[in-house]
Amino acid sequence: MNTLTLWFHKFGSPPTFFRVTALLSPWLFGAAFLIGLAGIYWGLFVAPADYQQSDAYRIIFIHVPCAWMGLFAYIFMAVNAFIALVWRIKISEILAMTSAPVGAFFTAVTLATGSIWGKPMWGTWWTWDARLTSELVLLFLFLGVIGLYNAIEDRRQAARAAAFLALVGIVNVPIVHFSVSWWNTLHQGSTVRLLGPSRIDSSMLWPLLLLALATHIWFFASVFARSRVSLLELEGGKEWARDIALATEHGHE
Amino acid sequence: MNELFSMGGYGSYVWSSYAIFAVALLIDYLAPKLRNRQVIADLRGRMKRQQRRQEKSA
Repeated sequence: MNTLTLWFHKFGSPPTFFRVTALLSPWLFGAAFLIGLAGIYWGLFVAPADYQQSDAYRIIFIHVPCAWMGLFAYIFMAVNAFIALVWRIKISEILAMTSAPVGAFFTAVTLATGSIWGKPMWGTWWTWDARLTSELVLLFLFLGVIGLYNAIEDRRQAARAAAFLALVGIVNVPIVHFSVSWWNTLHQGSTVRLLGPSRIDSSMLWPLLLLALATHIWFFASVFARSRVSLLELEGGKEWARDIALATEHGHE
Repeated sequence: MNELFSMGGYGSYVWSSYAIFAVALLIDYLAPKLRNRQVIADLRGRMKRQQRRQEKSA
């Protein structure tokens, strides 16, 4: 085996995954927190006000990174669901299932902040247009995966059923992304583009990118933290899990 | 300072958005910690019961 496959096999073994993520998690949370704080400070106090929307546009620094994370979480969940269904890898099952609640959090924040932004700018909290509706469907898909996973007693069967739902739901991801160009919606088009120049001034782009970076790191920190708990629960009968339970004083880490 | 909080008259919208973001992340951070405590307590309980059963049968 070459080093990469060897690394994959090692990282895929529950006790190693547990140990590696235990070391990583606090650093990831710390980095996400600090980068996020810097981005928020920049976004609220340093970036200039918008010529049309004045200070209300500052909601973008929360709204857009969270929206990106919702889609990113969904894709991450679907990829792991696919691996879990095809190769039955335990870690992938767990990664897929633990990314659902984190994705749901980000999608819920996107919907809430979008609504709060829509009230002063569009004059309404909510409208049933393509972007808003597909984003709501995204939240329901996350909730569906969580619900299905918790509804079935056997953890591994539950993960397989929920992974299947996650895979089917991926059809919604391009709909969310392209909804603003496929249909006439109240929602504005993409401001930041990977291909071609972004339609945003760099003084406003930087805090946005900082928060995007922070939320990505946060996502992995949170998914790892959740995965470790699920792994401990799933492998509760095994030696390594018992050693960890014994080494933990009264349930504190 | 007042100007800072009023956000050009949009203060309540801007600050509530940031507050929702912060609260969501806080819950997301605490949720696995609380569940971890529960899982470990369950595991220890199971191990203790097993040990007692073994002692009885011995």
